[in-house]
Amino acid sequence: MVKRVLVIEDEPNISEALRFILTRNGWQVDVSADGNSALAALCSDPPDLLILDLMLPGISGFDILQSLRAQDGTRNLPVLMLTAKGHAADRCEAERLGVTRFMTKPFANADVLEAVRELTVS
Amino acid sequence: MARTALTGTRIRARRNLRGLRQAELARVVGVSPSYLNLIEHNRRKVGPDLLSALAQALGVSSDALVEDTDARLVEGARAAALRCDAELAELERIDEFTGRFPGWSKVLAETQARVERLERVVEQLNDRMTHDPYLGEALHEIISAVTSVQSTASILNDSGEIEPDWQTRFHQNILQDSARLAEGAVALVNYLDAGKTEETGLAAPQEEVEAWLASRNFHLPQLEHGDTDIQAMVQGQVELSSDASRALARQWIRRFQADARALPLDKLLAALSAHGFAPDTFARQFNVRFDQVLRRLAMLPPKASADLGLPAPGLVICDNSGTLMFRRGVEGFALPRFGGGCPLWPLYQALQRPHQPIRQRLVTAGRLGRSFQSYTYAATEVALGFDKPTVLQASMLIIPADSPNASDPGGPVVVGASCRTCAQTDCAARREPSILMSATQSADAL
Repeated sequence: MVKRVLVIEDEPNISEALRFILTRNGWQVDVSADGNSALAALCSDPPDLLILDLMLPGISGFDILQSLRAQDGTRNLPVLMLTAKGHAADRCEAERLGVTRFMTKPFANADVLEAVRELTVS
Repeated sequence: MARTALTGTRIRARRNLRGLRQAELARVVGVSPSYLNLIEHNRRKVGPDLLSALAQALGVSSDALVEDTDARLVEGARAAALRCDAELAELERIDEFTGRFPGWSKVLAETQARVERLERVVEQLNDRMTHDPYLGEALHEIISAVTSVQSTASILNDSGEIEPDWQTRFHQNILQDSARLAEGAVALVNYLDAGKTEETGLAAPQEEVEAWLASRNFHLPQLEHGDTDIQAMVQGQVELSSDASRALARQWIRRFQADARALPLDKLLAALSAHGFAPDTFARQFNVRFDQVLRRLAMLPPKASADLGLPAPGLVICDNSGTLMFRRGVEGFALPRFGGGCPLWPLYQALQRPHQPIRQRLVTAGRLGRSFQSYTYAATEVALGFDKPTVLQASMLIIPADSPNASDPGGPVVVGASCRTCAQTDCAARREPSILMSATQSADAL
């Protein structure tokens, strides 16, 4: 069965690149630039993996992560956070809120692919 | 020239250097040895004639005995001593030290001043990296563009055969992102280079405006003579290197121009001469708002202020978010570059009591605490209408003052610049640990 990945990313060219490489490698990819509407959708129909940007308009990646971890249906959803904010404090905060994997931008496509593979295996 | 308390110490040191006995020197200059002894122990002032005779007898100029840098040297040496936690038994002999070793005292004072300057730079850079929204946003924009270019280029390079439609899209994306990257990089370089401050090499629009005003001693003489071409005032100014800073400067100039019209310079100087420093009296006399008086007093010609014996003032203006919109620093009263100031400042108290003038003595926190008189007023700046938010602005004028009298009502309030740079250890208003604290102090601070 094809695994589903949701990408919440407000940079269209980055999400397009992610969509391309993941689709080519066998995942079904949905993309959203709006954190609030994506949060509502993924709570009702969780994907197999969420790739989450940290700095989003309207609602931050931290807020989304916190909401997900507070709900039964998404408490264990694997979340790969991709962010330009690579400070130790941001990483610590993401880990405190229950992120599954934390990667900083810019990233190598191969590293993202490997992380997605690992996180969607189970 | 002022005879400082060190003149006697200097005379004694010079006499000893020349191997003269007190009685010998006293005889040469025509005073009794006991009187010279009192002078040398700084218990008697030296008149100009006697000073001249002493200088001649000691083979030095009168200036060498009464250099007006003495006080600065003593202050520098004292500041250096007080920074050390160790108790210094010799602190009470600081006058003697400075008098006998003026060269070493100068080295000590300059080293101390340099340490203070460098600490300020570290603090500013620290603040900049932590809080500067311009820098954070610019870097985020660049990293996003780099990420997109790298990922897309990698797809084109590594993915083998790619459908023509995708290939075209990716080429377009790279072109778009590389343009964005170039634009972002130029903006960042301009931001870092343009209008750089002497100390940090970094400046935001507000800092550029403040640097521009500081280079003019916070006085714009053009505004004293009727209509002025504001656009021309900001064009070609080295300090105002961006559109944002020029727009901000124009906004402040318009405000200062209105202040100058409401409080004409000649009349205000006459009022200062007649009533002394009395902002409330001036507000009544000129029928203007109290904060307008405070701004005007902060923008007077330096010479006219000095002639009236007024020290250079500081001025801070914030809106009701607490954001500092305008900063004119005053020596000894540090103002933060980013974030809010000390929550104990009357500036913030005034926001809770709009339209009520507040006069408050302040002492800066720390062992070298200095005394200031503050005058503060908050007023509605923008009223958007019924059931809409109101924007307040508070202005605080800060004047260096003598040490407060015990009789001052309520006593002075001990304040800092901001929690991050305040060493006060037992402050109930502290919102974050200070970078000046040890790890243990930081842990106990909140």
